[in-house]
Amino acid sequence: MKKITVVSFLFIPLFLLLMGMKNDFSTKNFSNQPGLQKSIIAGKIVFKKYCISCHQADGGGVPNMNPPLIQTSFVLGNKDTLINIVLKGLKNVTIDDETYNNPMPALGTVLKDQQIADVLTYVRNSFGNKTSGITAQEVKTVRDSSK
Amino acid sequence: MKKSIFYGALITVVTLCIFSFTKISSLQSGHLHKVNADNAGLTLPAGFNASIVADHLGEVRHIAVTKEGNIYAKLGGTKNGKGILFLKDNNGNLEEQNGFGDYGGTAMRIHDGYLYASSNTTVYRYKLNENDEVIDPSNPETIVTGLLDHGEHNSKSVTLDNAGNIYVNIGAYSNSCQVQDRTPGSMGRPGCPILDSAGGIWQFKADKADQTYGDGIHYAIGLRNVVGLDWNHQDNTLFVMQHGRDQLHDLFPQYYTDKESAILPAECMYEIHKGDNAGWPYIYYDQIQKKQILMPEYGGNGKKTSDKKYLNPVIAFPGHLAPNDLLFYTGNQFPEKYRNGAFIAFHGSWNRSPEPQAGYFVVFVPFKDGKPTGKWEIFADGFAGTKDIASPRNAEHRPCGLAQGPDGSLYVSDDVKGTIYKITYK
Repeated sequence: MKKITVVSFLFIPLFLLLMGMKNDFSTKNFSNQPGLQKSIIAGKIVFKKYCISCHQADGGGVPNMNPPLIQTSFVLGNKDTLINIVLKGLKNVTIDDETYNNPMPALGTVLKDQQIADVLTYVRNSFGNKTSGITAQEVKTVRDSSK
Repeated sequence: MKKSIFYGALITVVTLCIFSFTKISSLQSGHLHKVNADNAGLTLPAGFNASIVADHLGEVRHIAVTKEGNIYAKLGGTKNGKGILFLKDNNGNLEEQNGFGDYGGTAMRIHDGYLYASSNTTVYRYKLNENDEVIDPSNPETIVTGLLDHGEHNSKSVTLDNAGNIYVNIGAYSNSCQVQDRTPGSMGRPGCPILDSAGGIWQFKADKADQTYGDGIHYAIGLRNVVGLDWNHQDNTLFVMQHGRDQLHDLFPQYYTDKESAILPAECMYEIHKGDNAGWPYIYYDQIQKKQILMPEYGGNGKKTSDKKYLNPVIAFPGHLAPNDLLFYTGNQFPEKYRNGAFIAFHGSWNRSPEPQAGYFVVFVPFKDGKPTGKWEIFADGFAGTKDIASPRNAEHRPCGLAQGPDGSLYVSDDVKGTIYKITYK
């Protein structure tokens, strides 16, 4: 009996840890979303052209200058807020207690709805992020509502 | 039953071991031990040695070393509400004393019995006693105030001459004075209005309180952002290191490949005299063509030159290396070659993706009578802890500040982990 107690002291935390990890990886299966993989591939091309120098190839950003895109509240949070950042840009922002001094340019006139949808879908599914994609329709709705 | 007691005892012992180990290491980390394992991970010219004299201090920007061998370190932000750290020498070990200054910033210089420090808007000074210790840490004199801080390029670095003047950098709050900053294809603002209040060096009186723009002299214009600057006492002149513009390929892909954009424009050292104009945002210096090239925002295409001529650099380094401090070496410890030469701390690039990043080293340039007498060379390398730096986040340390010790040793600060290196020659 006591032996079981002792052993359980060792294994219960391990079990909980593994369960926790499992939970992280299986929240929802977004890969079934129609067109998601295609959007990610197209988004990577947009990222390489417009985003990579500031946000870096690994999405890690540059300390004090350009924010990281890895598991941040902005990237994984409200879609409309994220879409608006790409459309209108952002300046001197504090993200998860860190401040970044370089401005994010407004890319609303540079990128089309589909390109914004693709690049955000890529970002939300890269660098350790795994969440729902963003559609061109969602970008259009935000763009139209802020006109 | 017996086995269960055994396991129970084993768990207790292991737990105690882990606990006591943690205790010991946390005690040790409170003390700033000297570490000299393999030159602290740095590669240096033959005969030089490096050691770590302080570590884990936080985001250390510029530093100053007193004649007693104590160190003042300016933090970019604050740690426990303090933005300046004081490390006091105790039989060869530096011990952290009470910090002071409730502001983050960059500058940290000792001159004529005062410690000068800056926030991103203000320059302060603290009177020192005969042991170079700050007399009243809570009440500095405000020397210059009300300087612009729009986030981008907001650090205010300083240097002082021997005629009672202090020189302050006010960086341009823009990459290239585009109508829309860092936006692809956006053209330059006509008659760039940023230059009225930023993008240059201002001269103020080193001992006069509460000065602002109108009280100072707009000493040099057309400098995008200077973090490292130093007064050269051999020819009594100001030298500055400019951070060149970013993103030529991102913003004007029709004129620049990403490979060209990774190395252009040059990071320039300028010798500055009153009234000089280094040309930002109208031109940049191309170290390959060895020419001043018209910025694409102002009609350039990577080849066109400007009709108007601006100040030429004294030395042109490859692009984006981010020179964060400059120091003219006046000590006697290092060999003859190094006397009066320039050391430059390169913080390391971020603007070379998808090419590998570069910099993250300290460079030396031989000088005589205020003129370079040879090519630049890498003096201390290995701060990043890895050769392959894909992103700045991969760098373990980034050189940011330089100071000369009373015995002629060179100190280098790092603003990632807050390490201070001491480089000596024997």
